Amino acid sequence: MSTYSLSDGLASGAPRVSRAPLLTAWVKDSGAGVLASIAWIAFGLSCLWWTDVGDWSRTHSLGIAAFVIAAVALFGTVGADYLGSAGKALHKRAPWLVALGAFLTVWELATAKFAWLPLPFFPPPQAIIEVYTDDLPKLLDSVFASVKLQLGGYLIGATVGFLTGVSIGWSRAVGYWVHPVLRFIGPLPATAWLPIAFFTFPSSWSASTFLIALATGFPVTVLTWSGVASVSNAYYDVARTLGAKPSFLVLKVAIPAALPHVFVGLFMGLGSSFAVLVVAEMIGVKAGLGWYLQWAQGWAAYSNMYAALIVMSLLCSGAITLLFAIRDRLLVWQKGTVKW
Amino acid sequence: MVATALAEVVTHPAAGAALDIEQVSHAFDIDGAELPVLSDVSISVVSGEFVALLGPSGCGKSTLLRLVAGLDKPRAGRLREDDSRITRPHPSRVVVFQDPTLFPWRSVWDNVALGLEAQGILKSQRQRVDDALDLVGLSSFRNAYPHQLSGGMAQRVALARALVNDPKILILDEPLGKLDSLTRITMQAEIVALWQRKGFTTLLVTHDAEEALVLANRVIVFSDRPARVKADIRVDRPYPRHRGDPYLADLRRQILGLLGLDATW
Repeated sequence: MSTYSLSDGLASGAPRVSRAPLLTAWVKDSGAGVLASIAWIAFGLSCLWWTDVGDWSRTHSLGIAAFVIAAVALFGTVGADYLGSAGKALHKRAPWLVALGAFLTVWELATAKFAWLPLPFFPPPQAIIEVYTDDLPKLLDSVFASVKLQLGGYLIGATVGFLTGVSIGWSRAVGYWVHPVLRFIGPLPATAWLPIAFFTFPSSWSASTFLIALATGFPVTVLTWSGVASVSNAYYDVARTLGAKPSFLVLKVAIPAALPHVFVGLFMGLGSSFAVLVVAEMIGVKAGLGWYLQWAQGWAAYSNMYAALIVMSLLCSGAITLLFAIRDRLLVWQKGTVKW
Repeated sequence: MVATALAEVVTHPAAGAALDIEQVSHAFDIDGAELPVLSDVSISVVSGEFVALLGPSGCGKSTLLRLVAGLDKPRAGRLREDDSRITRPHPSRVVVFQDPTLFPWRSVWDNVALGLEAQGILKSQRQRVDDALDLVGLSSFRNAYPHQLSGGMAQRVALARALVNDPKILILDEPLGKLDSLTRITMQAEIVALWQRKGFTTLLVTHDAEEALVLANRVIVFSDRPARVKADIRVDRPYPRHRGDPYLADLRRQILGLLGLDATW
């Protein structure tokens, strides 16, 4: 719309030319927000205009929700000056809102309306919304089970890995005994232990916790160790001449200096533990998102699988965001760290 | 006169310690071969003296400082602070290294507090940290992190980190070596002022003859590796010293001659 009025103003000559720069500025500033609104109106219309090829109960609500989002985008853009930081945030994300609206429109048309993509393998957005509204208790139970299992295993693995890494890095004797074991066992994918773990541990829950801890522990150990080992001797010299005891050298010199490495290890451990979590849940544990995926596949409930995948992705991404937030808080002294 | 002198003594109870280096020899093992770095070095430093150790680069001066600090043990000979033998590091002998080696994860204040914290007396003596920062003029940077400081500021923080411990012997291992010449001249004056105020014994390693002469009571010239004492020169000039002082210029010529650089003069 706005582009039209701009070209109109340019075409019709002198009196309006003086307004053109203002208009250009306005289009530059708000164009994306207006486009986002249009994209979401298109999505809403695509929901409501045609009838569904299948039987989905949330189509109407989804269409209304799309209009609401379109309205929020529009008023947020027009009234950005009055909204402060919220307006700025919206302005920054407007291009993404455009892309998202367009994608959802195409998705809606390709599945629910014209079935260009084969059903039921590609469910429409409203089918996934339906999962969230109708199957919520089960999904929440799964989320809770996954988070519990992951958190327990990860914390154990990270703690043990950190302590092992510090001891190897600090003590030659510990290094002599632990290093070969680490080299032998560490590179083995934790999932390879799965069959044995499920036999030897008293419960599938403890077996999975062990495997997640193992997957987390290896990278955390190696990186903590390398962090401690690479601390410059000059730091120890300074601390020693100032009267530091060995415990001070470990706690106040070696560990803080190694912390950037430790966080790389924690990040890598988080990634590999996610993989173990899902596999363990699919194979042994009768709860959690991995199990939910497996269960949904058994019933050919494809929309449930997509819904679970989206939740899983949000959880994993959230966990990494949290880790990075902790890192940024602890390592404020570092300059130029990667923003997640 | 007597009254002011007494007052001086009373306000500075932790004045310098005497240092005795007796027939010290040291060597490194490099790939199985023994590399001698110090050969029968004997130096006796009186309490409160400012001694500069001058010698060609890599001659073993810094090794001697590490022995005085107690960071390494000599292969032969003995080192004593007052009457007690030096066997390990002690906060009464603090080193300022060529690199400031501030802990990057600690703020300026926390870096200066390091020694008191390591000795477990920080809680009751926080004021000393503030005083040390005041002394080097960096109170307004107390919350800054080391990567935000310039080279000269970082070295000042390192100096404050040493001085907060009220050392009896201050060991300076080319602390100004990496600074630009202007900052260097300013900091030379600051070091002299601090030394005069606090009365600690100072040992300065440098390879700059001018710096040694402007700062020290005594300049000890070392030979090439393995280092031996080649000359022990007393610099009897009042402070503040002038760089163009003909007496110092004459000494400088002598020293450069000892170091084998007379051809350039």
